[in-house]
Amino acid sequence: MKPPAFAYHAPDTLGAALAALAEAGDGGKVLAGGQSLVPLLNMRLAAPAELVDINRITALDTLEVTAGGVRVGALARHSRVERSDAAAGVQPLLRRALENVAHPVIRNRGTVVGSLAHADPAAELPAVLALLDGTVEVRSATGRRTVPAGAFFTGPLESALLPGELAVSAFFPALPPRTGTAFRELSRRHGDYALAGVAVTVGLDEDLRVATARAGYLGVAATPVVLDLTGPALAAQEGRPAGECDWAEVGGYAAARLDPEPDIHASAEYRRTLAGVLTERALRAAAAEGGRSDS
Amino acid sequence: MRLGPAEHHEIEMTVNGTPRSAPAPARRLLSDFLRHDLGLTGTHVGCEHGVCGCCTVLLDGEPVRSCLMFAVTAAGHSITTVEGLAGAGGALSPVQRAFQECHGLQCGFCTPGFLCTVTALLRDNPRPTDDEVLEGVSGNLCRCTGYQNIVKSVRRAAELLAEEPT
Ligand SMILES: Cc1cc2nc3c(=O)[nH]c(=O)nc-3n(C[C@H](O)[C@H](O)[C@H](O)COP(=O)(O)OP(=O)(O)OC[C@H]3O[C@@H](n4cnc5c(N)ncnc54)[C@H](O)[C@@H]3O)c2cc1C
Ligand code: FES
Ligand code: FES
Repeated sequence: MKPPAFAYHAPDTLGAALAALAEAGDGGKVLAGGQSLVPLLNMRLAAPAELVDINRITALDTLEVTAGGVRVGALARHSRVERSDAAAGVQPLLRRALENVAHPVIRNRGTVVGSLAHADPAAELPAVLALLDGTVEVRSATGRRTVPAGAFFTGPLESALLPGELAVSAFFPALPPRTGTAFRELSRRHGDYALAGVAVTVGLDEDLRVATARAGYLGVAATPVVLDLTGPALAAQEGRPAGECDWAEVGGYAAARLDPEPDIHASAEYRRTLAGVLTERALRAAAAEGGRSDS
Repeated sequence: MRLGPAEHHEIEMTVNGTPRSAPAPARRLLSDFLRHDLGLTGTHVGCEHGVCGCCTVLLDGEPVRSCLMFAVTAAGHSITTVEGLAGAGGALSPVQRAFQECHGLQCGFCTPGFLCTVTALLRDNPRPTDDEVLEGVSGNLCRCTGYQNIVKSVRRAAELLAEEPT
């Protein structure tokens, strides 16, 4: 189908975009990569009165990598961030998650910040931002605010962004030393939205024993779910050599704390089991990587 | 610039190396702009929600879904469609020749999208591994071939490109 009619703005500065969004109020919508919004328009599931296309605002096409983390500007495409060795060096979960976002051609247009703003419960990047306690930088014609991931995702396809606001960048913090990461998901076909998925970090102490374990989930609730699995991980390595842990036990613990919904793709029980298995595998891989990163 | 909902706007872009323009409203998809306004019907439209890949064209050299982009967003940019892949006098490109040789198409509906996708894939990665080939075409659907001959075509295209005089 074809998109409904809308008034169109193509500002080339952030100021002009914010002014257009302020004027448009409730009827305004940002158009970034269009890889989620245009399908919604084509299927007539959305009909915004005014579209503010940010694709000409080159000042938003940024990717800043520092020792502290990776800041992704609103116009940085998935593909750019995925290919950046610097970004992968500081925060490997970005590339690991992005490889699972749609197909390469979609990633050429879709933006990281757009994916966060879209807040799909099955999307990879919101889970990563939530796990890492990242933030979203928000601007409007009248001010700016920094929204922590924990407050940004408010419901399925709902974020804390208000009418008139533009997410200008997102910050993915770097990893502490001796920390490994892993990303695992299962989808019916590679490139589809996942049935469930998990991003994990495992931190080791100086003796390479597990010291922290955290997991961020997609596809198991209306918003990303973050579980601190440190307690169960510490218990599950009791009496074992350094680096070894009963990860199946920890996966089971995590699964018991998730409460997924059934839909046409999978039952709630299947999703829960799957989340537990993915957790186990991801934690095992992340712990091994944490040990290697010590050298 | 604000373009009213019913307003037509002269949209200019370079298509297959030639400057083209046509009036269209903001809601005109790039796929429809190419097909209806410019008469380039080589770009096919299957699903209009980004899933099938038939509508894939090159935007400044990068493959994108033309059904998920408004023509106004592409204004000022350079687009290559399947019509632009052949060389002088209509000589088929190595990727096109490979698809012909290896029977990488049957009905041909999906073919323009595959050709554009594979052209960019082999430019960026002239010697892809089998996994990279599969990953590279994973976003394009074909209802006829069963994909085996498409994968063969991509490998053959890589060989033909390697033999090309540089
Ligand atoms: C076939 C297909 C498969 C896909 N599979 C996956 C997948 O497996 N996983 C996944 O995560 N995604 C998937 N996607 C979606 C893709 O990742 C999108 O690129 C992403 O969700 C949205 O980014 P965008 O830049 O395209 O945003 P748009 O589509 O332009 O916008 C999406 C929404 O976010 C808002 N928005 C965008 N940017 C901003 C901003 N800077 N400030 C305020 N609001 C903003 C828009 O107003 C709109 O409501 C898929 C898409 C397709 C077509
Ligand atoms: S028509 Fe564009 S992807 Fe199917
Ligand atoms: S050849 Fe018929 S759809 Fe691919």
